Amino acid sequence: MKIDVYRKKKRQFTIFALIVLCMTFISAKLTNFSFVQGISSVPEAFRWMGSNLLITRESFEKMPSILDKLIETIFLSITATTTASIIALLLALLGSQTTKVNGFFSTLSRFIASVFRNIPIVAWALILLLSFGQNALTGYFALFLATLGFLTRVFTETIDETSNSSVEALQSTGANYYQVVSKAVLPECSPQMISWILFMVETNIRSSTLVGILTGTGIGFAFDLYYKSMNYNVVSLITLSIVVVVISIELISNYIRRVIL
Amino acid sequence: MPLLEVKNITKQYEKDKKVLSGISFDVNGGEFISIIGPSGAGKSTLLRCINRMVDFSSGEILFHNTDIMSLSKKDLRKYRTQIGMIFQHYNLVSRLTVIENVLHGRLGYKTTLQGIMTRFTEEEKKEAFHLLEKLGMREHAYKRCDHLSGGQKQRVGIARALIQQPKILLCDEPIASLDPNSSKVIMDHLKNISQELRITCIVNLHQVDVAKHYSERIIGLNGGQIVYDGAPQELTTTNIHQIYGSEAENLILA
Repeated sequence: MKIDVYRKKKRQFTIFALIVLCMTFISAKLTNFSFVQGISSVPEAFRWMGSNLLITRESFEKMPSILDKLIETIFLSITATTTASIIALLLALLGSQTTKVNGFFSTLSRFIASVFRNIPIVAWALILLLSFGQNALTGYFALFLATLGFLTRVFTETIDETSNSSVEALQSTGANYYQVVSKAVLPECSPQMISWILFMVETNIRSSTLVGILTGTGIGFAFDLYYKSMNYNVVSLITLSIVVVVISIELISNYIRRVIL
Repeated sequence: MPLLEVKNITKQYEKDKKVLSGISFDVNGGEFISIIGPSGAGKSTLLRCINRMVDFSSGEILFHNTDIMSLSKKDLRKYRTQIGMIFQHYNLVSRLTVIENVLHGRLGYKTTLQGIMTRFTEEEKKEAFHLLEKLGMREHAYKRCDHLSGGQKQRVGIARALIQQPKILLCDEPIASLDPNSSKVIMDHLKNISQELRITCIVNLHQVDVAKHYSERIIGLNGGQIVYDGAPQELTTTNIHQIYGSEAENLILA
């Protein structure tokens, strides 16, 4: 007996694989990218890293100033995330199908979310640089706006997914909008929302390094400074400390998630 | 004078597609009514028209002689406090405890601030525990609702509806997700509620035998229209055929 479904799936898979292969080759051709050259230069790159990126005793003398900048970056990311999450919650309540006030605000909220989300954080930083100049405020707003877009989107989805049935029940008891939000929507959604906020804090610490290079603040500024003065040993110390911070924040937030979920 | 008068109501979500058409019936205080009919007959929509979770397209529903479509937002809240509702999937706030869920039934009587700040009076709390006691749920009062079984969840749902001190209880397939044992417990509680507290129960059901056994009156719906309205003893196989659109011998009637 032949089962056509399987044959069809196999054929679809073959066609799909061929298309991906073709696209890879065409793209490589168009950009003059050579696979052989790419792979053969990997050992050389590692050799360079091995000889230049060693963390030396002198570079450790810069540690206090690096820590200062690092703490600035961490707190900037946390402030940007927490403030953005409050606004995002309000927008998500307006945007969600379950808790929307009317169609106009719902569309508006979804529109704001998608605009802010789809402009990359680097673009935000460069645009804001023009109006605010090189200072911490620019970095804050770049992080804030990108976070706002993302969190509004995921909060809206969380509300839509989790609180539909209990909202209906509370409305049928005669509870009003604010009571429904505070007694059904928030209790049902808060663990997932907190989880997203923690995720965003992690992401923002990572991206604030990049934003800092552009806006001249935080750890990104330190990175840029030593990079441009070709002090690669300090650069690798900075990179290592960023990695340590990101991993420890991730561990802390994983622990919090385990407790609340 | 009847408690609730449903007069010729029609509901359509899309044009030319009537979910309910020309539904009329009266409901008296303390009645136990079952609504039966195939899936998609409009049973759930009909219940939700009664407490205006769904706005019907035409016709009118009178509660104590007041047209419920004419109610202001504030009066609608007040009206809904008098109509309890029980759901197939219980619709509890699953991360909160049993007692918190029961007290949600009082929110309709509270101001916005009292509700948000969870200011419940001593009597309300006592009443909540009293209801849980009566439903055999006293020892679970501080458990989170996601740790309960289906039958227990439904009893919390009933307590939440009863603490509203309703005149009518709307039950949307209350036993459709429950095993036979829990189903019996829930149906017995509903029967008691209508007999002892004289609260009208309108129950959507899938099981004809359950409807016959518990109710004083059966309403059969098919294609959004009432095809039977009468006593359960008088429900003949011809009626069942009309309601479900197939021969009675092709149905599981138990």
